[in-house]
Amino acid sequence: MSEVSFDALPVPAAPARRDIGLKARYRAERRFRLYGLLAVSVGLAFLAVMLVSVVGKGYTAFRQTAVTLPIAFDESVIDPRGRRATDPGVLVRADYPKLAQNALIEKLGIDPGDKAMVRKLKGFLSDGARVQLRDIVMADPSVIGTTRSVEILASANLDSAFKGQIDLAVDEARRKVSDQQVAWMNRLKAEGVMAGRFNIGLFTFGASSRPETSGMGVAIIGSFYMMAIVLLLALPIGVAASIYLEEFARKNRFTDLIEVNINNLAAVPSIVFGLLGLAVFINFMGLPRSASIVGGLVLTLMTLPTIIIATRAALAAVPPSIRSAALGLGASKMQTVFHHVLPLAAPGILTGTIIGLARALGETAPLLLIGMVAFVADRPSTPFDPATALPVQIYMWASEAERAFVERMSGAIIILLIFLMAMNITAIVLRRRFERRW
Amino acid sequence: MSSLLVLAIVLAVGVAAFFAGRQRAVAQAGCPVKPHSRPRYHGWWAFLLTVLPAVLFLVLWDIGAFAQPHSPASLGPGPGPAGAVIAILLAAAGALHAVRAVEPRGRARDKVEKLMLWGLLGASTIAILTTVGIVLSMLFQTLQFFGSVSPAAFFFGTVWDPRFAAAGSGGSEGQFGLIPLLAGTLYIALVALLVAVPVGLMSAVYMAEYASSKVRSVVKPALELLAGIPTIVYGIFALVTLGPFLRDISAALAGGAPFIQGQSILVAGLVMGIMLIPVVSSLSDDIITAVPRSLRDGSLGLGATRSETIKRVVLPAALPGIVGAVLLTASRAVGETMIVVLAAGVAANLTLNPFEAMTTITVKIVNQLTGDLEFDSPQTLVAFALGITLFALTLAMNVVALAVVRKYREQYE
Repeated sequence: MSEVSFDALPVPAAPARRDIGLKARYRAERRFRLYGLLAVSVGLAFLAVMLVSVVGKGYTAFRQTAVTLPIAFDESVIDPRGRRATDPGVLVRADYPKLAQNALIEKLGIDPGDKAMVRKLKGFLSDGARVQLRDIVMADPSVIGTTRSVEILASANLDSAFKGQIDLAVDEARRKVSDQQVAWMNRLKAEGVMAGRFNIGLFTFGASSRPETSGMGVAIIGSFYMMAIVLLLALPIGVAASIYLEEFARKNRFTDLIEVNINNLAAVPSIVFGLLGLAVFINFMGLPRSASIVGGLVLTLMTLPTIIIATRAALAAVPPSIRSAALGLGASKMQTVFHHVLPLAAPGILTGTIIGLARALGETAPLLLIGMVAFVADRPSTPFDPATALPVQIYMWASEAERAFVERMSGAIIILLIFLMAMNITAIVLRRRFERRW
Repeated sequence: MSSLLVLAIVLAVGVAAFFAGRQRAVAQAGCPVKPHSRPRYHGWWAFLLTVLPAVLFLVLWDIGAFAQPHSPASLGPGPGPAGAVIAILLAAAGALHAVRAVEPRGRARDKVEKLMLWGLLGASTIAILTTVGIVLSMLFQTLQFFGSVSPAAFFFGTVWDPRFAAAGSGGSEGQFGLIPLLAGTLYIALVALLVAVPVGLMSAVYMAEYASSKVRSVVKPALELLAGIPTIVYGIFALVTLGPFLRDISAALAGGAPFIQGQSILVAGLVMGIMLIPVVSSLSDDIITAVPRSLRDGSLGLGATRSETIKRVVLPAALPGIVGAVLLTASRAVGETMIVVLAAGVAANLTLNPFEAMTTITVKIVNQLTGDLEFDSPQTLVAFALGITLFALTLAMNVVALAVVRKYREQYE
């Protein structure tokens, strides 16, 4: 064979390129890749659209229009018959809105005798002025007879008009703010008396039928109590359960049952936990309805599987050599786990706990069933008092018709999302920072 | 005397016992016998022996008081003087005994660790107790419900008209047909899956097979954040933005009355689909990356393009796992509440038109249980019957899905 001279052989003509559909296959490849890219972008686009639509509606909720007025605490209005020394109820029942109205009349230079003009002032200031001025007088009755500058909230409609959300081109009869009120508003604005300021009330007020005096104070406290309960109960119990299952349990029917159970509980719809809470904690154990303690217990049961699964993964990731070394030096099994394995697994446990807490913070459905959709005006002082939760507050505002409530709802969503993002980002950062490959 | 005060006293005695026990163990360190346990364990044993019996007694006493008729609700006045005295005496006796029993040869560590082990075991049974609690509590109320409405009328009834119990509620019997709710639940879940599965699966494929590690490190956390947004926000998005938008568009298209309602199967299904995209994509991402490298290399080595490898080798190999992931997602869709409460409507229709409103099991559970409750009317109890139906439905899906996924993982391990 080796004798054959290659030169002698006739060179065969290069075969005509067979069409093996390569172009079509490459086209299909590109198309497929494009679909993938498209799918990812659709997911991200939805995220963007949703955030923009919520933030766009809600950011105005963080400003609230108020009017700074020199209020004359006129004795003839508060206590016309001079009986406050004997009957403390007088100060509670006094006609405080009149004080605010008088101050406004004076400021705008309206003739107090002009009934028609005075009537047009109705709905300019918030009814919350009653509580605000009453609190001032009740705290310090010596203020009566003096004049003091007080910042009084404008009504929700004026607030919307001030923010430019009301279309002034619409016929006057069909909008909630009259032309006269708009004129007054512009005048006060030019004088610098009426201005937007940061909306503290959004964070401190409780439930109210008027948008400008309703806030998430009760909801924030309720959510805080519930998160504290979840953290105090779910973290120790979850970690203890995981340690038992991962480090001590023998492989038998019973532990298998527990495992299957935990995996299933993690996938049970949250509303079922609400039914459990209603039947067991409220109906059977007699805990109060609408209280954050019940919400906390329900959310604890819901969060436990998440924490257990994360903790077990973290424990399993600690290499056996650590355990062998500790045991070899004479530590007991319990000492090995608590002194060596658990500290090494802590970052993973922390990450899982934060993610579980974030889920619990955003959960709404089970809380609806245990009566946390309630009109709670007073801030709860213990977990046994009626309260609401952040997502429930959002749900309640969503069912109100007024535009100002929708604004507050979007503001509340922004706050909830900020909390959740902060928690989730902390979890992601923690995981990256402490991720350890053995 | 309040429970908290008694508890505080017992705990204080326990802390004292801890220090006394430890001190005694330290003092004995000089004697020739080599101690078995560190002093700390003696202290802990004294603490446990002091606190545990007393607390156990308090709990039993409370339960006893609770079981008696006409007693005020639990957590109220506490154990009363007799109970308090007995509890504190128990604690003191435990402390005395434990501290006096401290000796170098005492196996305090073994005892403490044994108790700890029991504690750990107890914690892990809470998962089982939760499941048992769910099933029992719902079963109990459901049986009560079936006392007034026959199971056949519930499971096969096609009319949902519960008629809220009026004053007196003489003859007004409601109709509790499950079929319209079940149909609505499944229909909305189907629409959601039609949105979520293709998009989620394709993005998982892209992320696992094409994306550079840089893109991955940005997009994956973003998708995780999308998964972390609470469902109430999706519901609000459907109610405030998407629903009115689709309604107005359809009105413009039809040139008159809108044919898509603001609350409809389409709106609820679409938004739920968006919510499920990250769920599908993260589940299937895990599954696709679990397919061994060698399969891909074999296919690529034979000259297949990447997409051909994915379509003919990777996806078929991952199919069982993906089916499991889709089932898990479907169970999420069936049990989802807030989106449908806000976007699906409350009218129990039986329709095939996706532009109309239909309602779901979860919506009706919420409807029946918000407001004033009477725990003996079928109008309230039906919620538990719905709940147990939902629980059984999702449980079946989960069990199958988890079994499939687990089997799939074992195949490649």
